[in-house]
Amino acid sequence: MMEEVNEVSVLSVHGHSITVTEALKEGDALTFLIVSEKLSGTGEYPVDRTYEDFEWLQQHLFSQEAVPGIHGVIFPPLPAKAQVNASSKVLKQLGFLALGEWQPYCKALETFLRQVAAHSILSKNKAVEVFLTSSDPPGRQKVKKNIFNRLSQAVEEMRKESHKDVDEFFQTQRDHNLTLTVCSKTAAEKFLDVVLTEQKVAVACGHFSAALHLCVEPGEDPDKQAFSKTCVKLSEVFDSIKKNMMSVAENDISTLGVGLDLESRYQEAEKEMLFRRTCKLVELENARRNAEKAKPVKKAAMEEVKKATETEFKHICEVAKQEVHISSPLRVSSHLFRPAIALLGEEVGGVVSI
Amino acid sequence: MATSSDRNPPPFPATEEPEPGLSGMADGDSDEGEDIFVNNSNPVSVSRGVSQPDRSNVDPPDLFGEDEEEEASSTAAKSNGVHSDDDNDLFAEAHVELSTDKSDSSARKEPSTSSGPRPASTFTQGPAAMQPASLEQLEEEEAMDSFDVDVAVTNPEKVGDGMNAYVAYKVSTRTSLAMFRNKTFSVRRRFSDFLGLYEKLSVKQSLHGCIIPPPPEKSVVGMTKVKVGMDDPSSVEFVERRRAALERYLQRIVSHPSLLQDPDVREFLERDDLPRAVNTQALSGAGFLKMINKASDAVNKMTIKMNESDTWFEDKFQEVESEEQQLRKLHALVDSLVNHRKELCGNTAIFAKSMAMLGNSEDNTALSRALSQLAEVEDKMEQLHQEQAASDFFIFAELLADYIRLLGAVRGCFDQRMRAWQRWQEAQSTLQKKREAEAKLLWANKPDKLQQAKEEITEWETRVTQYERDFDRIGSAVRKEVLRFEKEKAKDFKSQIIKYLEAMLQSQQRLIKFWEAFLPEAKAIA
Repeated sequence: MMEEVNEVSVLSVHGHSITVTEALKEGDALTFLIVSEKLSGTGEYPVDRTYEDFEWLQQHLFSQEAVPGIHGVIFPPLPAKAQVNASSKVLKQLGFLALGEWQPYCKALETFLRQVAAHSILSKNKAVEVFLTSSDPPGRQKVKKNIFNRLSQAVEEMRKESHKDVDEFFQTQRDHNLTLTVCSKTAAEKFLDVVLTEQKVAVACGHFSAALHLCVEPGEDPDKQAFSKTCVKLSEVFDSIKKNMMSVAENDISTLGVGLDLESRYQEAEKEMLFRRTCKLVELENARRNAEKAKPVKKAAMEEVKKATETEFKHICEVAKQEVHISSPLRVSSHLFRPAIALLGEEVGGVVSI
Repeated sequence: MATSSDRNPPPFPATEEPEPGLSGMADGDSDEGEDIFVNNSNPVSVSRGVSQPDRSNVDPPDLFGEDEEEEASSTAAKSNGVHSDDDNDLFAEAHVELSTDKSDSSARKEPSTSSGPRPASTFTQGPAAMQPASLEQLEEEEAMDSFDVDVAVTNPEKVGDGMNAYVAYKVSTRTSLAMFRNKTFSVRRRFSDFLGLYEKLSVKQSLHGCIIPPPPEKSVVGMTKVKVGMDDPSSVEFVERRRAALERYLQRIVSHPSLLQDPDVREFLERDDLPRAVNTQALSGAGFLKMINKASDAVNKMTIKMNESDTWFEDKFQEVESEEQQLRKLHALVDSLVNHRKELCGNTAIFAKSMAMLGNSEDNTALSRALSQLAEVEDKMEQLHQEQAASDFFIFAELLADYIRLLGAVRGCFDQRMRAWQRWQEAQSTLQKKREAEAKLLWANKPDKLQQAKEEITEWETRVTQYERDFDRIGSAVRKEVLRFEKEKAKDFKSQIIKYLEAMLQSQQRLIKFWEAFLPEAKAIA
């Protein structure tokens, strides 16, 4: 299976047609149904995958050491694992993706796959083809070697993260990214609060509406009847207020909520890429120093290392520059534009239905 | 009226066009669009309907005023079709009007018993039937037609300092009744004065089976905060709540025909300086006395079961009790709704800030501008939510709280009747005893004592007859009162609900405007 990793292949489906149609519950785990349209136009590839399959794909993408500059790639972020009866910690981590009956979650997985399929370097990995088209589940072995074991790097990370860059473009990018990561994460969290409160208001309206309905008094007395009618009508009003609120909340989740969530995860992914580059930079500077200070015996070896590192770094920078330029327009057009319009539509619809 | 034709709200038919599929209301919208013009050509007619009878100052109708405190027509008025969005389904004949004139006091409830057709018309008559009544009313300049006294409570001002400080309110009255000295006058009163009035009325009027509207409750916590300083929002809210409640209290009193005749009420409204009502203080001697009386009453009620001859009273009593339960439940629900809305406010504000920060950090200018705009819109939304919460609260929660207290007063009435019955029964049993004593004396043959006994018997016989009459009188008074109360209640609820819906409609429209303004920015990103 490892050999396949290095094989270059062309994706046989339309990247933008990949759809995660639904999530099925099997015990505690979720299975996702994915459909992709064949490039040849002769039909579709329906497959079902679990979260572990997604991880398998991700691991394969991570471990493409042979591809030059792979570290410069901003890897499309995969959402955290979803469980049917998740603990509150998991729910908090998932944020918006945990709401709305897994619809937003499916959307997030779909975006992940589409981004992978659209990526010039990543889409060439055979694992992608296998994932999307093979009717059997792809292999489940854990790929051990990957560049993302960061458990031991916590302290070093802090130091390296603030390492001054040699390239102004990248320094700005790093600073910018730092702010954006924080901002987008905060915005996503606060919006989640708003949406949850909207749902609470909706529920309260519903209770009130139900209670009003019970206020109906029997009797022939015209005043009593008038009062009862008033109560019933008011109950209907509050019921529609509740429906309005719920639909606003749903819409918020599926548009701006998901958008903000994706934005913040994307910023994190970019941050990781820039960090990898910085690490490589540090490595390079060390290699250069070693090469200078090396005793003649080791000098040649050090020079070799230095040259290799330089090449790697150069590749990374090239890839990274491309990645950074591409990411912005993507974010812009897909995330926030649609949400705003949709939000508006909902509000108007809400009013009209009252 | 000429002004009706000015009220063309051009944006609405246009904006609602793009949303055809959203609900069946789309068709309703286009129909109403035509109706606007139809109604305008009918002079007056249904456009303002029966909305204008009791305005104190008829300002030229300022329809799209942004003022949230706008006094909407107190009962169902047929609108000129603009915002009948909500109506085709709900209040079939009661079309809501967007806004009407402002009046002096904000959010004044109309307790009037004027214009007969109004209450019934909302549910039973079609628009056509409303036409005849509306013509004169629309032309009318005078504030009241059949409602002769109009009171307002305004200008809360803190008087004094420290723990002896209190808040004085201005009570203004406008009237056409002869029994008052002037047509319009105003005095300053403090909260204990209102309580004092209630005490006096209770003592006197309860014997006649009147339902006396109870004043708002004392609040040591609230008042202490106010005494310390009137600046923070919770004190401001407290004072405003109290002011509104006192106003409603006075309005209910003056709208009650027999209470209005009471000299104490007149004195309260007219007299410049009222002697301080000291027995309303919680810790005074009078206060303790009251508590003891209440306790003994409660015990009495439990021990003596009234022999009810008239099932009407029993049924009514049950109804009142169950209604009180329901209202309490509703009140709790409205409370939780208000709290959630306030929470939504807070969260929206925080979110708006974080969006603004995000907008600032983005360097893509179109996106950054759009994000900042979104942040601003969200800020405005917060305002809206705030107002909506206030509306929910002041309209519904207070209404329900008032009626829970009023139902308590109704029960008090029933209690009065029962006490009258008890008095009668006791008198009867005393009479019985006296007769037995007389019989004994006759048998024992003591002429001098006999005379006394006979006198006592006559005395008690008169008492018995009187108490019986009292009892019957109270019975019929209570009956009348309860029926009147129910009528008032239905009207009250309806007017408040309509006010609420109008306010909500207004806020929804503002909401649409905000989002519409944002739309071009959002489109510009792409």
